[in-house]
Formats: sequence, C-alpha cells, structure tokens
Amino acid sequence: MARIRKPIPGVDPKLLIKDAARLLPDPTRRLFLRGGASLGALTFLTGCDIVDGASAEKVLRRISEFNDGAQAMLFNPNKLAPTYPESAITRPFPFNAYYPEDDAPEVDAADFKLEVGGLIDNKEPWTLERLYALPRESQITRHICVEGWSAVGSWQGVRLSEFLTRLGADTRAKYVWFQCAEGYSTTIDMPTALHPQTQLTFRFDNEILPRKYGFPMKCRMPTKLGFKNPKHVIGVHVTNKDLGGYWEDKGYNWFSGL
Amino acid sequence: MASIDAANASDRPSAAIHPLWVRVTHWINAIAMLVMIGSGWEIYNASPLFGFAFPKSITLGGWLAGALLWHFAAMWVLAINGLVYVLLGIVTGRFRRKLWPIRPRDVLADTKAALTFRLRHDDLTVYNSVQRLLYAGVLIAGVVIVLSGLALWKPIQLQELAAMFGGYEAARYVHFFAMAAIVGFLVVHVILAIVVPKSLRAIVTGR
Repeated sequence: MARIRKPIPGVDPKLLIKDAARLLPDPTRRLFLRGGASLGALTFLTGCDIVDGASAEKVLRRISEFNDGAQAMLFNPNKLAPTYPESAITRPFPFNAYYPEDDAPEVDAADFKLEVGGLIDNKEPWTLERLYALPRESQITRHICVEGWSAVGSWQGVRLSEFLTRLGADTRAKYVWFQCAEGYSTTIDMPTALHPQTQLTFRFDNEILPRKYGFPMKCRMPTKLGFKNPKHVIGVHVTNKDLGGYWEDKGYNWFSGL
Repeated sequence: MASIDAANASDRPSAAIHPLWVRVTHWINAIAMLVMIGSGWEIYNASPLFGFAFPKSITLGGWLAGALLWHFAAMWVLAINGLVYVLLGIVTGRFRRKLWPIRPRDVLADTKAALTFRLRHDDLTVYNSVQRLLYAGVLIAGVVIVLSGLALWKPIQLQELAAMFGGYEAARYVHFFAMAAIVGFLVVHVILAIVVPKSLRAIVTGR
C-alpha cells in the first residue's frame, strides 16, 4: 500500500488495552471513505456529475455490508486452504504494512504479556514462555494481499480454536478482536476464528517470528486477505460487538474472505 | 412476457431488430461493464502484472478501497444481468439464429469486404460473419471474466474453479486478458456504431 502508507505515532501497548473502549470506531465515521470512492470518475460515464458523492459512498458501503453476509454464507468452516511443499515458499517473503520496515514496532520479549479479555473465563495475561509451550502446528499456505499479489509462506503456532478453549471463551460470541502493538487492529467472525487453519503464530519458516513479520506473535488465517492477518498481536478479545479495524474503518471490506 | 413475444415476432419484416429484453440487458451491461473496467484498472494499479499502470484519470474509485467497493457492487449487476441475457439468448433461440453458423471462409470474405468498405449494412436483422465471430467471442470472454473473477474473489471456497484456471496467480492473468479482449471488442463495437448510426438507433428504439 505504498500510496497510503502513513506512519502513526508510537502507542503504549498497555494503555491501548485499558483504553480499548475509547478506541471503538465511531459508527458514523464508518460511512465515510477517506480518500473517497471518487464519484468524480463517474463523470466519465455520464459526462456530468449527477450523483452526490457522499450518498453514493453510503450505498457502496451498504453493498459492502451485504457482501459481508454473502461471504459469511459462502464460508465453509471445513474447507481447507490448499497447502504447498517447502520448495514453493516465496523467498524472500515480502514485507508489507502501512509503515516502512524500519518503523515496525519493537516488542520486548521479556516484558511481553498477551492481554486477553471479553467473553472468556481466564483473563490472566499470557507470557511468551507460556504461549511457546502450547501445542504447535505448521502450515505452508498462500498469503493473498488485497492489492492482488500473493506469496507462499510457512507459519508455526497454536490453533486459535485451541487457544480459545484454554481461555474458556464463549465460542457462541460473534467476533474475535485483535489489538496490535503499533495501534493496528482487526475484528474477525467466530467461524473463521474456529477454522482449523487459523493460527496464533510464533514462528515463520521454523525460526522465531522476525520483527518484520510480526514479532512476537501474529494471527495467521489463510482464509482471509493479508490485512485481516494482524501482526505484533498484544491483545485478543472475544466479543459480540464488531470493533472494526484499521483498514476496515477506512473502507476495505470487513469480511474479506478468500 | 412481452420480450418473448417480440423475439418470436422478429421473423416478420415489421418486427423489432432488437427485442426489448436485448435492449434492456445491453444497456445495463454497458454501464456495469464500464464500472467493472474502470474500477478493475484501479485495482490492477495496486499491484500491476505488467510494466505499466492505467492513468488515474480513466480509473474509477480514487484509491484501492474505493475501487474495490465499486467492483464488488457492480459485479452483482454484471453477473445477474449477464445470466438473464444468456438464458434468454438460449431459450428464445436468438443466439442460434443470429450467431450461427460461423464459417471461416465467410469470416475471411467479410473481413476483406469490411476493410475495403464494401461490407453492406442494409439489413440489420442479419449479422455478417465478422459480427457473428465478434459477438460470439465477446460472449465467451464475458463468461471467462466472470468465472476467473469468482476464482480471484474466492480462491479457497471456490478452489476447484481457481484450479481450473491454473491457480490464483494464473487466474489474475486470465482475468486481465479477458478484460483486454472485452476492451478491444468495445473499441471496434463503438467505432462501428458511430460509422453505422442506424445500428445505434436499433439498440435504443428496437428499430
């Protein structure tokens, strides 16, 4: 997203979780697209600007919400993403974010604690040591970016569904919300959270997850576009409220399933 | 249904050249296609397959998210309208009557006549061989662009379809070349409509 990259000021991760309520996206804000859906371009069809830009954006956002529902219906919880041999791994695997690689957040492993909250029984934060001790799985799958490009990567970690079980999460809840060290966030639907290939990831290509790919942990879900796969995860919340996300609030489709 | 009656009546000299259902689906398709192409060019620009990008002034959406909103809204119009058109084209026998047969020898002769400006357009109810080839060709390109688009939208849920195109990355190229074929058709189609204005009148008024 070279054209829309915008560095954001550093945020204290601990404050982020405490202030989570304040960070909830304003519902009215979701109606507007920063950068605009540029209805001006419709003039190339009609020769005159007959459509009011703001209301057209509202209609487009509503169709996008309709598409969320259509995609949720199309989503088969038992359908697995194709997996690849090690020889298919894209090397080097591309770095991609809304900030340059040098600005990727540096998380101190010793101090790190994963905050967990919402509709769960065990709200004690998780140290890396405890997270690393969880049963581990490996996947070699295709990461598909909303920009169109794709790359095959290798990720190791614990199934998110397994982790949610250990939290005593209410899996009848609708969403799982991820909060990230750099201020990024995303919300996913529970069926995707429980998909067998949705993984809390601690390693890339059998090495400790490097900073550029989301140290100390990310959530890998091959059934969604890349931007729905949060890096530098510092908080996991189970909720019935759609808490939006960094790109979703700017106009990208919420479900973004593959 | 009035449209079916119009199609049945098209053998009579006084009947419409294009029945109502053809005219309606044609213009809905025209708008949907322009939105899909304009927004598709903006989406292409986010990660170009080749060493060029489309000029911003001719793309739709302003930025990637806006283009995607347009693309995934107009896709419903394009697909549903296209399905109605194809079903009616088959059921009414219009495709068989208008587009068949396409003989290579006739195509060559008609191409030669067209290039030397000797191809006649007296009877708009009968397509010459070049028209038949182009209309049948763009119909196939339309089917390919919808199927490859579905494969790109849902490469996991519809992975069997994506595999038919050789996987996700290959489907991107198929989608691009189907677009290129349709845009190429569009250029010829619009030029000829301007050269033969009564053909433009026929697709608006039916006569």
